[in-house]
Amino acid sequence: MVEAGRYYKFDWLTIILFFILVGFGWLNIVSASHSGDTINYFDFSQPYGKQLMFIFMTIGLIVLILAIESKFYERFASVIYIVSMLSLVGLFVFGKSVNGATSWYGIGGMTLQPSEFAKAATALAVAKYVSDLNTDINRLKDQIYVFGIIAIPAILVLLQKDAGSTLVYGSFIFVLYREGLSPIYLIILFMIIFISLCSLKFGVIITSTIITVLVLGYHFTRRRKPILIQPISIILVSILVSFGIRYFYDNILPFHQKDRITIWLSLEKDPVKLERMKKTIAYNLNESEKAISSGGLTGKGFLEGTRTTGKFVPEQHTDYIFSTVGEEWGFVGSAGVVIVFILLFLRILHLAELQRSQFSRMYGYAVASIFFMHFFINIGMVMGVIPTIGIPLPMFSYGGSGLWGFAILLFIFVKLDSDRINQW
Amino acid sequence: MRRFLLVGAIAAVGLIFISRLFYLQIHEGGILDLYEDNAIRKVYDYPKRGFVFDRNGELLVSNQPSYDVMFIPREVKPLDTLEFCKLLKIEKSRFKEIFEKAYHYSPWLPSVFIPHLSKEDYASLQEKMRKFEGFYIQKRSLRHYETSIGANVLGDIGEVNDAIIARDPYYKMGDLIGKQGIETSYEKTLRGVKGIKFIQKDRFNRDLGPYKDGIYDTLPKPGSDITITIDAKLQAYGELLMQNKHGGIIAIEPSSGEILAMVSTPTYNPNLLVGRQRSVNFSKLYNDSINKPLYDRGLQAMYPPGSPFKILNALIGLQEGVVTTEDRFSCNHGYSYGGRKMGCHSHASPLNMNGGIYNSCNAYFANVYRRIIDKTKDPAVGMDIWSNHVKSFGLGNYLNNDLSVGQPGKIPNSKTYDQLYGEHRWGSTFNLSNAIGQGEVLTTPIQLANMTAAIANRGYYFTPHIIKHIEGHTIDAKYTTPNHTTINKEHFEPIVQGMFDVYNHGTAAGVQVKGIEICGKTGTAENFIKINGERMQLTDHSIFIAFAPKDNPKIALAIFVENGYFGARFAGKIASLMVEKYINDTITRPDLENWVLRYSLEHEYAKPYSGEPFGINRNSTLDPISEPEYLELKELLNKINSKSRNPEDIKKNQGANL
Repeated sequence: MVEAGRYYKFDWLTIILFFILVGFGWLNIVSASHSGDTINYFDFSQPYGKQLMFIFMTIGLIVLILAIESKFYERFASVIYIVSMLSLVGLFVFGKSVNGATSWYGIGGMTLQPSEFAKAATALAVAKYVSDLNTDINRLKDQIYVFGIIAIPAILVLLQKDAGSTLVYGSFIFVLYREGLSPIYLIILFMIIFISLCSLKFGVIITSTIITVLVLGYHFTRRRKPILIQPISIILVSILVSFGIRYFYDNILPFHQKDRITIWLSLEKDPVKLERMKKTIAYNLNESEKAISSGGLTGKGFLEGTRTTGKFVPEQHTDYIFSTVGEEWGFVGSAGVVIVFILLFLRILHLAELQRSQFSRMYGYAVASIFFMHFFINIGMVMGVIPTIGIPLPMFSYGGSGLWGFAILLFIFVKLDSDRINQW
Repeated sequence: MRRFLLVGAIAAVGLIFISRLFYLQIHEGGILDLYEDNAIRKVYDYPKRGFVFDRNGELLVSNQPSYDVMFIPREVKPLDTLEFCKLLKIEKSRFKEIFEKAYHYSPWLPSVFIPHLSKEDYASLQEKMRKFEGFYIQKRSLRHYETSIGANVLGDIGEVNDAIIARDPYYKMGDLIGKQGIETSYEKTLRGVKGIKFIQKDRFNRDLGPYKDGIYDTLPKPGSDITITIDAKLQAYGELLMQNKHGGIIAIEPSSGEILAMVSTPTYNPNLLVGRQRSVNFSKLYNDSINKPLYDRGLQAMYPPGSPFKILNALIGLQEGVVTTEDRFSCNHGYSYGGRKMGCHSHASPLNMNGGIYNSCNAYFANVYRRIIDKTKDPAVGMDIWSNHVKSFGLGNYLNNDLSVGQPGKIPNSKTYDQLYGEHRWGSTFNLSNAIGQGEVLTTPIQLANMTAAIANRGYYFTPHIIKHIEGHTIDAKYTTPNHTTINKEHFEPIVQGMFDVYNHGTAAGVQVKGIEICGKTGTAENFIKINGERMQLTDHSIFIAFAPKDNPKIALAIFVENGYFGARFAGKIASLMVEKYINDTITRPDLENWVLRYSLEHEYAKPYSGEPFGINRNSTLDPISEPEYLELKELLNKINSKSRNPEDIKKNQGANL
């Protein structure tokens, strides 16, 4: 049990940053979802009313998380993970379909999205496994095991047509690298991304030439030259990957995803087709960019956004909530939000580095990585920096499961961290 | 160091996001203009465009409602196309065509389905409109010309183009703006100010209600009615007389500078440029390169003025003291100088100023002109003195008035000849043609009419203008302040007497009108044109200036009839008729009237294009029009004659119509 005098021992900065984001996020949900002149903030039939209710419930949830002994999370990490995975599998049987994705459980009038909770469970499981004394992250067997822990939820959500969440699991590479994973994986990942983009934008031939020049150049400037087989095989594999990506893009990728990439990389040169794309596949992006642009330096003011009020941006209170921030609060407001998020991430990382147990540190790193990945994909897509991928903005996007998922993720760490403070 | 990978990634992404925000919001963005924000529907409320009345209160231009069938492709629900097409009198295939074109333009934005429905079609459609979801009727206001005359005066309105929109943000796509005539020069007065309502809409283009409860909305301000100086009856009469002839008539009231008539032929019915047929008709008129109906010959045609210009030289001679009214100059069928000769017709010799004017003696004015230019040793000094006097009559520059088009004409000065021959390398004989209104002198008919008004006023003129009254406003002071010429008042009397004698026993004796003391001056101007790069001479232009009565003149006019030969032949007759029509309203010389109506010059205009040899001037021919055509013109004449100019009568008649 927690004694009364210990509350102040939590890292209040993290908690304050969290609530700043939640509160400001809610204001934007009000803007994006209100439909009349009069706003009754407690009208629970409206998204903003519901979200307010979710926020209150979150506070209860946080108190509960902080009340539980921190050892519980480490000890029961595996159980939590298994239960979470079962809830994901259960969706295939009991799941409820919304917009083509079977990611929800319907309980009474409410819906729950188990994938939002699976992230925290996976973070706990990975931290628990890697921090085990018998685990060596650079041993292939353990690498496969860890990869398995991460891949199971990633594949399950992908099967439920939630590609965005799958990408989030990729963020564990930051955690593993921090814990000593060989940089070769990062280099390979980076190369694949580079080759993919390069092949799509400039074609296979130019990409292959660039890779060949780079690899051979690197090879011949090295003082100790290993046998030539190594660079040549790298080049061959790269070219193969390049061809593969091209083939995948041209023949396998579903049309709507292909078009998203086409728009993002400006691959379409025909102005007529481009105009048509702007009205169809890129409609959301186009409208959201316009809404953000129209905000200018200081924005149009709370509830004054004409594009928000006119509901020009579809899904604006969920995935596209950042466009409301852009329109109504301008550059000042949206850059402010970016900065608060970054402060939160850096604070978590800073705390993680202070942890004395590897489990806590890894978990902290996982929290920061997962938040960061959401932040990067969501805001990046709303502003057209990366291709469109549906994913919520933590603390901002409308939705109970999301908010609770992020609260659980973060506050387990706050609890683990308070343990450190209080155990002096 | 491994801990810095994620920190670095976070910092990099933060930086990218903030730069992207900067690009979107500061570089590209800014708070969108309400007008450009497509989340706000702008609903315009077009005010009534001001009516146009003639000087006697006759309504010339009013408005007519026009109904456009509009539609928003996305909102169109399945409908009975057969019935719909029947109502609109179109083919079913046409329906598909229009629909697809509009859908391609934008499924969300309104497009015009059928513009300018007739009142009858509108009435029958109106009842059934609710059956056709997605379609609605947009009421617009078009011009309605109550008359078939004065197309060049009244002008027309048409849709604004991109250039206008870029220049003046008041105008939006689809707005109407004055394109010619008074519709252009009094655009702002006539149009009023349109009202606007801002309506917040959603992405389905549905209205959500007034934007911010309508605090930015404005009410329309109706356009002001204007009264123009034109006398509709005189204008109609002038246009009738000029039938089958090319040229222009400008008539001015000397005591006010008000333009009484402004005829340019060939002309067209202003109603051609209204409604659905506007663009077709406009390009037809625009592309008629022989008749040039859109070219206002009264305002834009620059001709050498010919003999009427001699009067100015007489005035300048008197003002400069180089000649007296009694100085006599002899004429031996012309004026010989330096081995060259300026020809003249036969008349008594020698002549004093009075005789010089009414006989239009070239030799007389050659002498006067040389005395002016050679007044000092340096002809350049004399030239500039001469030039300044001439310009004080409003020649050689834009009149700077309220007409939508104009030309400066041309009056030479010493610089003109310095450039041609070099400084001190020329003298009065180099430009002797200026003495008789040829040479380097060019004027437009309105400039010549204004010059005549200045003579009629004995030394001053009011800038010729077309506006008489604007409802609720005063007209520009520049039209009510006299412009004084550089010639003293006393020098005008002998000149006026000379012009009077032109009618008494001079070159216009044949076109006298009993009971009215008309002063005039005939003129001809040589006529050269280029056809396919080949310069050829055609029959001279017939020119006439006149004012009447001699004392307290009420009307001054200038008339140009292209290829009409000598001044009294066409222009003089028309001038007399116009004067009599305006002053007495009845014609005592039906012989002149019938002659002018009967003879056409169309065959003269066609000659150079026929490719066959043809004679000019003396050898030109007169072609009467056919009897039915003639009777038609007589019929028109009767119609004009039956019109009253009395404001009381006009009011009564209009009251019955309105």
